[in-house]
Amino acid sequence: MTTPPEAPRDATAPLLETRRLCRNFGALAAARDIDFRMYAGARHALIGPNGAGKTTFVNLLSGRIRPSAGRVLLKGTDITRVAQAERVKLGIARTFQINQLFRGLTVLENVYLAVAERLGAAPSMLRPAGRRRDVVEESMHLLDTLKLADDAGHRVSELPYGRQRLVELAVTLGLTPQVLLLDEPAAGVPSAESHIILAAIAALPRHIAVLIIDHDMDLVFRFAERITVMVGGTVFASGSPREIGADPDVRAVYLGQAHRG
Amino acid sequence: MTPAPPSGVLNRPAALVLAGRHRIRLWETVPWTLAIALYVAFPKYLAFGTELLITILFALSLDLVLGYAGIVTLGHAAFFGAGAYTVGILAKQGLWSEPITGLLLAAAMAAAVGLGSGLVLLRTRGLTLLMLTLCTMALLEEAANLAHVYTGGFDGLDSVPITPLFGRFEFNPLYPTTQYLYVLAVLFACFAFVRTLVYSPFGQSLTGIRENLLRMRAVGAPVRTRLVLCYTLSAAIAGIAGGIWAQANAYVNLGTLGLDRAATVLIILALGGHGRLYGAFIGAAAYMSLSHFLSKVYPTGWQLGLGLLLVVIALFANNGILGVVETLAHTLRRRRTGTPASPPGLR
Repeated sequence: MTTPPEAPRDATAPLLETRRLCRNFGALAAARDIDFRMYAGARHALIGPNGAGKTTFVNLLSGRIRPSAGRVLLKGTDITRVAQAERVKLGIARTFQINQLFRGLTVLENVYLAVAERLGAAPSMLRPAGRRRDVVEESMHLLDTLKLADDAGHRVSELPYGRQRLVELAVTLGLTPQVLLLDEPAAGVPSAESHIILAAIAALPRHIAVLIIDHDMDLVFRFAERITVMVGGTVFASGSPREIGADPDVRAVYLGQAHRG
Repeated sequence: MTPAPPSGVLNRPAALVLAGRHRIRLWETVPWTLAIALYVAFPKYLAFGTELLITILFALSLDLVLGYAGIVTLGHAAFFGAGAYTVGILAKQGLWSEPITGLLLAAAMAAAVGLGSGLVLLRTRGLTLLMLTLCTMALLEEAANLAHVYTGGFDGLDSVPITPLFGRFEFNPLYPTTQYLYVLAVLFACFAFVRTLVYSPFGQSLTGIRENLLRMRAVGAPVRTRLVLCYTLSAAIAGIAGGIWAQANAYVNLGTLGLDRAATVLIILALGGHGRLYGAFIGAAAYMSLSHFLSKVYPTGWQLGLGLLLVVIALFANNGILGVVETLAHTLRRRRTGTPASPPGLR
């Protein structure tokens, strides 16, 4: 792969961008030539039928997997070869479609681990964890914001799934991301509880650019200011919710199937 | 996104629990009191006691990697043996026979082995890792067997000369009062270190790696670096255990590097309860007392009794003896207060 010289940066440059991003799993092209742009403060949704490659794309953005070809740029800087841990430090954080939490630990400890990594407290060996007041304070504060403070002392495994989903969000927010990748944040949550998750997402500070993957069209159209539709591993359409909602092709491949009821 | 947080969040119950978790509880003085009581009351059992304390130290080093970081290993005796042979060879060759600095050298050598093997092994997990740790140990054992000019091969090294502690206290193999107190002091120092470590943010992050590797990577933790560091520190402590074993017994043999030792320490930790610091103490005491007692009562079939006990533990108490105690204490507390108390999960 040859990399063309860097384009000059300017104020309207996208925050996160991919250029002809590809990823193959054997003969399967899970991502094909994805050109994608996301701007500071964006509320961007990624939709598409099952198997469209949405989670693969999030994995490529977060650095969990390497692309077969193509580039990922953050603020115009090439981060294609940057490892996941480093991307977190650069401000890209994600949640998982299925909760990935420290189930045996308390809610506070879960958030503590994320905040401790970001503040550089984690390598410290000779000081008790609870005495890092800065880490504890910030973790508790974050739990307050997400109305999780009452559960702070409970083990994650004891909480109902909807609350666990909020902890997943809290752990990720503990990394103070600039780009937040939400992989089906309300997946598996009973509909009676999903409004709590939606409220938490709606209340996210505006300086965080949010990319949300979801099947719930109500959520997507309420939340997103821009929608990208993926089909078969590549970008099928991109535009405002109004444009996407009116696009007959999108309706044919996707919305028609999703709006079953 | 965080303006100066309001003071007071640190006084919330969960924050207080976290802040007070590392505090020393009264019952934590019990093992040390018992150890001193043994010295005073049962001078005939000091050889047994010395062996027990060394086993606790070795099991403690395993707890750090297995119980906290979740690294499954069947080759931890590699580091015990590396420490033992370091002390043995240096003393036998007339190069170094002072005990305390000898232990530091043993720790350094074992740490070097841990670092070198850890950098390679810890790229893998699960069964692969288990097999590779076993192979590393087998390679070391075979190397020790082949290098018989230095190691004495199969016969090992006996009558290893160790200079008196502080130039005054002789190591007498028949009446091991010096050894006992020396080992107790070393165990205490190592325990204090491990205890500090597991309650630190570093220890917390090891627990995080054990609980969910994927999430730990996603919060930006350099997972492999942490694991290698933990493995190296644990190897150093295992090396100290091996080194002190060689000093206390004045000999070294291939058994220090063998699968028997590695498997026994694993059993001890499973018996006592892993990831709990004191599981090493309880497990070693239970295992060694039981094998001591059973081998007297049934000299031929005593291992059957141990095997049955292990089956029971594996079936009904997979958190070991301490796990059972914690569950009982939790149930009692709940019954007494009548409210569902918070679980004993903070370890």
